[in-house]
Amino acid sequence: MPNKKEETLCLENIRKKFFGVYALVDVSLSIGKGEIVGLIGENGAGKSTMMNIIGGVLQPNNGTMSINGIPYSPKSPADAKQNGIAFIHQELNLFNNLSILDNMYINSYKRIPGTPFLNKKKMHGEVKKILATIDLDVSPETTVEKLCMGERQLVEIAKALSANPDIIIFDEPTTSLTSRETKKLFSIIKKLREDGKSIIYISHILEDVLNLADKIVVLRDGKVTDCDDKSAYTIDRMISSMVGRKIEQLYPAELPVPKDQILLEVKNVSQPGVVRDISFNVNSGEIVGIYGLMGSGRSELANIIFGLDPYEKGEIVFKGEKIKIQDPINRIQKGMAFVTENRREEGLLMDFSIYNNIDLVSLRQNTKLLNLIDNKKTAEQVNHSKETLRIKCDDVKQPVKSLSGGNQQKVVIGKWLMSKPDLLIVDEPTRGIDVGAKSEIYHIINNLVKEGIGALIISSEMEELMGICNRIIVMKKGEIMGSLEHQEFSQEGIIGLAFAQSSNNTEERKEGGENERQ
Amino acid sequence: MRDNRNLKLLVLKRFPIILFVIIFIVFGIFSSNWFTLKNLENILSQSSYIGILATAITIVLLTGGVDISIGANMFLSASIAGLLMAKGWPIWTTVIVCLLVGFLYGCVNSFLVVKLKIVPFIATLGTMTAGRGLALIITKSAAVSLPKELISGFGSGKLLGIIPYPIIVFLLIILVAAIFLKYVPIGRRIYAVGNDAECAKKAGINVKRTISFVYITCGVLAAIAGIVSAAQIGNINAGFGVGYEFNAIAASVLGGTSMIGGIGTVFPGALIGTLIMQMIQAGLVYMQVDLYIQPIVNAAIILLAVFLDSVRTNYIHKLDARNIRVD
Repeated sequence: MPNKKEETLCLENIRKKFFGVYALVDVSLSIGKGEIVGLIGENGAGKSTMMNIIGGVLQPNNGTMSINGIPYSPKSPADAKQNGIAFIHQELNLFNNLSILDNMYINSYKRIPGTPFLNKKKMHGEVKKILATIDLDVSPETTVEKLCMGERQLVEIAKALSANPDIIIFDEPTTSLTSRETKKLFSIIKKLREDGKSIIYISHILEDVLNLADKIVVLRDGKVTDCDDKSAYTIDRMISSMVGRKIEQLYPAELPVPKDQILLEVKNVSQPGVVRDISFNVNSGEIVGIYGLMGSGRSELANIIFGLDPYEKGEIVFKGEKIKIQDPINRIQKGMAFVTENRREEGLLMDFSIYNNIDLVSLRQNTKLLNLIDNKKTAEQVNHSKETLRIKCDDVKQPVKSLSGGNQQKVVIGKWLMSKPDLLIVDEPTRGIDVGAKSEIYHIINNLVKEGIGALIISSEMEELMGICNRIIVMKKGEIMGSLEHQEFSQEGIIGLAFAQSSNNTEERKEGGENERQ
Repeated sequence: MRDNRNLKLLVLKRFPIILFVIIFIVFGIFSSNWFTLKNLENILSQSSYIGILATAITIVLLTGGVDISIGANMFLSASIAGLLMAKGWPIWTTVIVCLLVGFLYGCVNSFLVVKLKIVPFIATLGTMTAGRGLALIITKSAAVSLPKELISGFGSGKLLGIIPYPIIVFLLIILVAAIFLKYVPIGRRIYAVGNDAECAKKAGINVKRTISFVYITCGVLAAIAGIVSAAQIGNINAGFGVGYEFNAIAASVLGGTSMIGGIGTVFPGALIGTLIMQMIQAGLVYMQVDLYIQPIVNAAIILLAVFLDSVRTNYIHKLDARNIRVD
């Protein structure tokens, strides 16, 4: 390793508290010039908090940072940028309708001196130079829309490089890339290392981290639990450093007992570009979990089952009846309910009252003469859900946005329970809600299933699936990698499946690179 | 399948021009003096004010907003100018006052949209009604006649006796707007804001200023359209400018501008769209179509334009859908 001793960025005893809870506890870290540090950890381990502190989005409560020995305490992202820090975020921040050149200079256009007009010639040349360093062989005038995902990711990198940073942070850059694009990205990252840049690489894909990084740092519950040279690591050590926490008594003590009756049968369902050959069953009285990393197709599968997205091949049988048409209303009437992932965008009308949110799905059922809404009956039912779900509020007429995340989630569940579903599909049941509310939601689901319905829980939090499910299905890149019964549950087993190389994946993805580009 | 898709995309993108050529030829076949210079001059000349409005609305649509008060703005600013002229004010002074009224109109719209965060459609629906009401109070609902110098000197006058002045103003505005959108930073930022305002904010663009700018520009351009149209007609009556906003939006969308923002051009887009609209209107007259049927045909064009926009939007949506795996 060249210049291994020379430290660029140094963090010392960083602490960050949110509402009395520590998100980061005494985190210390140093990155050398020309070094790649891999940062891994579960969701909620504190990775993004740490990056936000480095990037000037958040300020630490305690601790100090320095760059090249000079104290560094950024007040804003712009401040961080000036200090030579560049971020490449997981989601792309590009204007698809504009050219690469426009995207790179949108807020710092160079003008022809003395005129308001753009100096296209000059910018053109500079963009070309930067694109050459990252091996992106397209014209600076190309519209971003025409580029495939990998190329767009490269444009993001070009944008970052145009400020000539010393420290570059990559946050999950490969989620939307094909394997060939990923390879190319890695060779560019390595090239940047040779140019003396310091790099922090955050990813859930452990093989990539192991392959790329010089040093690996593991975060768990806001603490650095492991930090060593790459050579000291194996995938197993990475996993056990990442997890290793005991599951508390957060979950219902008894699992529901599945009945012999198949409720939902998914047979060989495929949709090009999304999922392939998905088959599984959910019985009455059973909670089935679907685990997968981001981009594994888990949410998309739920959308297909619920009829929001189409599928090309295979069949879905619900309560013994084949359902082919893509239409959620039809499924709601047959007894399916879907609690979506983003309660803010998809699950709730935020400005509406609790009452009006809860009665939405079942409006049709609560009608009297002439199809008018029976307000009395509805009010009774809404109050009943408020009681049974223990929604904390002053009045059912208060707007949903005034509730906490956990209570909002209960409103979404309450909404669906009004329609008395037989199958409850829940996507990320506890995202962004506190532990107490989490536990309540687990118990609500558990009780419902014990009363005889079936539940399909999609989650990226492995622990909650292990706590509440009878069976867990693991997905990766749109395929089912395996399925575990409750007695076989282990974090290592699930992660192992989620990270497994699928048999024919690599070659197919290579082809993909060509197809995506048009 | 891929060829098919590319073909679809090509047709979608070139649709305005394809439509333009088809309509041009069809009318030519059905009416004998369609392909005469005089007819073309008429069409262009009558397109002038709608073209200016289409340019104005295109700039607003690019940010994902809309301004339906432009017809009322024309009425108000032209009426005030007309009344001042009747009082003997010099023409150039009144023209400047007219532009100032348009500017203030735009300021009110941008205040409602940017500061009070009212949905553009509702905000400008409000200023449309209020603006027209104000104009009716000022004019006491009576028609305002314009001085002869303006009508013969500008409205029906020609530069060097060849090109009508309204056409010159129209083409000049198209030219300036096109250069502005393509070669000036704020023009490019308008596209960025329309594509993704959140993303634009993250990139450090002053989104509020960009949007204010757009509504104010639109207001000024509407006032110019008002004076041009008034000079051509010769007087301003209570129905002046009614429904022009829909012709302008239809022209803009027919020219390929997307209602969700970020996509569209003034040249060739708004220009072609305007010509298509005007050609159809002129063509219907040539073919002696019943006067009562003409609005229906007009409405059909607007619906077609909006339908086209939704097809486009869907296509963009499909392009954006991420692929998890490829079979």
